[in-house]
Amino acid sequence: MKKDKGKGRSRGLSRRAFLGSMALAGGTAVLGHPKKAGGSENFTGYPGSYGMLTDLSLCVGCRSCEKACNEANDLPEPETPFTDSSVFDEERRTTPGVYTVVNRYETPGGKVVYRKIQCNHCMEPACASACPIHAYTKTPEGPVHYNEDLCFGCRYCMIACPFYVPTYDYESALEPKVEKCIMCLGRIRDGLKPACAAACPMGAVTFGRRDDLLKLARQRILRSPDTYVDHIYGEKEAGGLNWLYLSPVPFEQVGFPKDVPMQPPISYAKGFLAAVPSVFVIWPAFFGMLYAAVRHRENHETEKEGAGSEEVRK
Amino acid sequence: MNGEAEYALKKTDFRSWFMGKLLMGMSWPEYMRSLVTPFNVVAGAVLAVGLPVIAVRFLFGLESVTHASYEYPWGLLLGWGLFGGVPLSATGFVMATMYYIFGFKAYKPLVRLGVLTGFMGYLFAVLYLLVDLGRPWRIYYPMVVQFGTASVLFLVAWHVATYLTVQFLEFSTTILEWLRARRVRLWAVRITIAMTIAGIILSTLHQSALGAMFLLAPGKLHPLWYSSYIPQLFLISSVYAALAMVIAVSTLVARYLRGATDETYRGNLDRLTLGLGKGAVAAMYVYFAMKLVAVAHADLWGALLTPYGYWYLLEILGFVLAPALVLTYGVKAASALAVRFGAFWAVMGILVNRLNVSIVAFNWNLPHHIEHIVPPWTEVAIVGALLTLHILIFRWIVNRMPVVREEPEYKEAH
Ligand code: SF4
Ligand code: SF4
Ligand code: SF4
Repeated sequence: MKKDKGKGRSRGLSRRAFLGSMALAGGTAVLGHPKKAGGSENFTGYPGSYGMLTDLSLCVGCRSCEKACNEANDLPEPETPFTDSSVFDEERRTTPGVYTVVNRYETPGGKVVYRKIQCNHCMEPACASACPIHAYTKTPEGPVHYNEDLCFGCRYCMIACPFYVPTYDYESALEPKVEKCIMCLGRIRDGLKPACAAACPMGAVTFGRRDDLLKLARQRILRSPDTYVDHIYGEKEAGGLNWLYLSPVPFEQVGFPKDVPMQPPISYAKGFLAAVPSVFVIWPAFFGMLYAAVRHRENHETEKEGAGSEEVRK
Repeated sequence: MNGEAEYALKKTDFRSWFMGKLLMGMSWPEYMRSLVTPFNVVAGAVLAVGLPVIAVRFLFGLESVTHASYEYPWGLLLGWGLFGGVPLSATGFVMATMYYIFGFKAYKPLVRLGVLTGFMGYLFAVLYLLVDLGRPWRIYYPMVVQFGTASVLFLVAWHVATYLTVQFLEFSTTILEWLRARRVRLWAVRITIAMTIAGIILSTLHQSALGAMFLLAPGKLHPLWYSSYIPQLFLISSVYAALAMVIAVSTLVARYLRGATDETYRGNLDRLTLGLGKGAVAAMYVYFAMKLVAVAHADLWGALLTPYGYWYLLEILGFVLAPALVLTYGVKAASALAVRFGAFWAVMGILVNRLNVSIVAFNWNLPHHIEHIVPPWTEVAIVGALLTLHILIFRWIVNRMPVVREEPEYKEAH
């Protein structure tokens, strides 16, 4: 240690200079991030975006929507035909190749209620904020779109989705991908309604601008307060969904997940993400100084002790 | 093969170089014979089972070997390999910080061991991830193709990748000494401080980011484990995880790879173990206090009196406080044995915590949750095979390179 003391000092300096520039580079590289991030500050959905309103009181469990979805999206043939009502014996969920299912619930009050499940196209989707490759995009039209060409299969989107929506074809070794309802983005862009909304004979699924759907839902509650519970599911849940629901029974009774926060899930990680850039600036400065201080003390001690810097050996 | 004739050819000869470097000075037949040990037989058996299972995974998809489902996309591979492996690999950053930045020169005999343990840990975390990723050949996508900058996982990916490189550079001095590449080595020594500081930044960020990943799943992770403090909890526990891991690994090395160590290492080990234990125990009490603060902050005292609450209490009392008390005793009584005992215990506690967060307490309120906690044997076989490879490669390196001993040529050169 003693023999390269002089050199060590100048080397320490140049090292620190190098560190400084590295910190600057690293800091600016990262400082740019949060602003253009997918989960941007207080995003409250695209104005004028489309949505869907499912009115559970109108649904009769005919499964026409399932059938229409299957055809519109070229999904594989179902195991049991869409007319078979035995499927209601168990609670089903979506799978790769099945973007939507209808379940039947018998509520404690003795009512039979059907509920259609699919992706809720959250306004600030957790799946999109989770994805490290940004394979998901919230489109200005409203649907949350997933690009399989970008996905590397980490499945963090599935961890993050509060509604357990994204599915994954685990059987595929070569081209596994996430699958979920796409709110018929292609049809919307072509000026058509999503297939399920178009196919529903009861008008239980309504397509329209989200703002209009909220008004419509409020009107329905006002007009028949005895039919509905006074809550539009999706107005606030998870920061707001583009797919809204009205129900004649409390939502927990028909399998809506409990514990869904009212804020978009990404808001819980924002503080952390925001703190990241400063670490790139503060840490190098702090540890650079510390290192300099220690070096200084060492050199000082070496000078005092003369040749005695043998603390390492003994 | 005549041994004397071989040596007569001397240093310039490739074969003697090869034997010296790779066969540790033995001839092929001698070397092969030295490989037949009980440990290696067991390791061979584990690999014989696990490697074909890994092949099955790549031929027939994740479905064929894991429990991965739509509700539980992650299982043991990530719970153990990534969430458990990364904090225990903080060894590199903690030891290099102590030595190079804080100037605790006495820990020199353990610095390289810490860096190697860290580097190998990250390398294997990436391997576990590669087995688990749906399309592993796209692993570089977050770095090159498109940036999901709002994603905490994006941070983790970048940091793990860059930190792996940093640790490789940190360890490169050892490799270069082994190869006797003098000039390159000097260059490598020069960048060590820069690498150490880069390592501190990257480590502190991704250790906490691993916890922050779960911030995105409120309502899915049990409230006792879901805490707004989870990034800090992950970070501080990784510090004591690292110190305990260095104690554990250095103990195993001293016991099972004695031939690779030198006098300085063996002579100082007990004293250094006590020092590391002192550091670990301080971090553990801080962590324990923070765990309590997290419960108080969210007012979850009531939740402690549920089955999950008992499990939580077992975690923090049985796997944090208890080993911390053992370590305290060890440090006070200057008993390296007790400190080692406490360190192994603390390492287990880290695994318990990370598995709790990523598997046991995740989706705790779904029906059939218990079934998903128990992994299928195939997933265990993969973990077993990767763990065995990890140990074998680690041993291979420690036996050959100057990790826990000093090359006489470079004695003064640090
Ligand atoms: S419901 Fe789930 S998958 Fe659909 S947009 Fe919301 S977070 Fe994404
Ligand atoms: S699985 Fe694919 S889409 Fe989902 S987060 Fe990972 S990379 Fe993104
Ligand atoms: S919106 Fe389209 S993709 Fe989604 S459930 Fe309806 S038909 Fe299927």
